[in-house]
Amino acid sequence: MGGSDKKERKILIVEDSPTMRQLIIFALRRLKNVKIVEASDGVEGLKKLQKDVFDLIITDINMPIMDGLKLVSIIRRDEIYKNVPVIIITTESGREDRERALSLGANAYVTKPIQAPEVLKLVEQYLSTNQNQL
Amino acid sequence: MDREHGEDPKKKAEVILQIFKKGEVFAQELLKENERLRYQIIKLKEEKESLLRERGGEQLVELQRRIEELEREKQQLLKRYEEVEKENINFAKKYVEIEEENNKLANLYIASYQLHSTLDFDEVIRTIVEIVINLIGGERFAVLLLDEKANRLQFVAGEGVSKEEFPDISLDDEHLIAQCVLSGESYFSENQEASDDINKPIVCVPLKVKEKVIGAIVVYKLLEQKEKLTELDHELFNLMAAHAATAIFSAKLYSDSRRKLTTIQGFIDLLVK
Repeated sequence: MGGSDKKERKILIVEDSPTMRQLIIFALRRLKNVKIVEASDGVEGLKKLQKDVFDLIITDINMPIMDGLKLVSIIRRDEIYKNVPVIIITTESGREDRERALSLGANAYVTKPIQAPEVLKLVEQYLSTNQNQL
Repeated sequence: MDREHGEDPKKKAEVILQIFKKGEVFAQELLKENERLRYQIIKLKEEKESLLRERGGEQLVELQRRIEELEREKQQLLKRYEEVEKENINFAKKYVEIEEENNKLANLYIASYQLHSTLDFDEVIRTIVEIVINLIGGERFAVLLLDEKANRLQFVAGEGVSKEEFPDISLDDEHLIAQCVLSGESYFSENQEASDDINKPIVCVPLKVKEKVIGAIVVYKLLEQKEKLTELDHELFNLMAAHAATAIFSAKLYSDSRRKLTTIQGFIDLLVK
């Protein structure tokens, strides 16, 4: 794909809290050529992943219907998404939670309350890494 | 024969002697002159050396003065460099602080936007809970509303605390939460370690619409990763509480007016029939 810099990148945010979704969207407002799609739980997230192809996924862990860890394990078995960066944003700060999420295939683990610059930096980093791999 | 040929040998000898004498005088004069010139050369050499010594000394003094001047300039530049470095550090610190403040204000904007985006009471309360978890970093907390008739604070929502374990709080009681609500002043404990005592929250922020207190948010424990609330957090918590109070008040008014409208509509329907 030529002109990859101008290619629109898509980010899926899976989070049951609308406030949190708005916070993440606000944190990523400086990103250029990025389309952000929202989902309020793991099942809705999977549906959106099937409809479109995303360059990065941000997900919460504690969500109704399907939690974030289950979502990550499904994503990693999918041929299209097995290498797509996944960032977990959660209130769970325990070492076990972190290790479990990372062992399931998450790339980064961020705890709430989030710091917008930290999230933005991570997303920029993973988007550029993903772009280099394409 | 010699006499015949002219000159007298005696005369001739005298002439030669005179010539020799003149030669001797001339030679002596030359010697003297030579000596004088040598003396002059030595003198000039000495003068030259003395002059060189004098000039060299002056140059050395000049050079030393210049070195001192440059040393002073160097010290001034180093001092200025340190000042600029300090200024840079200050600017960097200020930048970080402003960035942090900016983020908090953005959070407040989003919180207020979410709070005022609905007139549904339950949704407003849900949003307040979300905000306290996601923005403030509360792990165990409760949202209390004032029942004006009973003069009691009642539990309406919370996280890590259930309605069953949270008794109503009378404003007549000698109680930290009651005092906080009555005074309308926020309370932030200095030691923000988790509290297991329902009566002793680490944070109590009254929910005020102008000067009227309609409830409070009480926090007992912060998320593990949130070590403590900063001064900026306090300010934002207060501002957020003001928005939450307005949102609750609006939602209540809206649901009351809808209920009244339904009742009035019922009466009208009855009258028309």
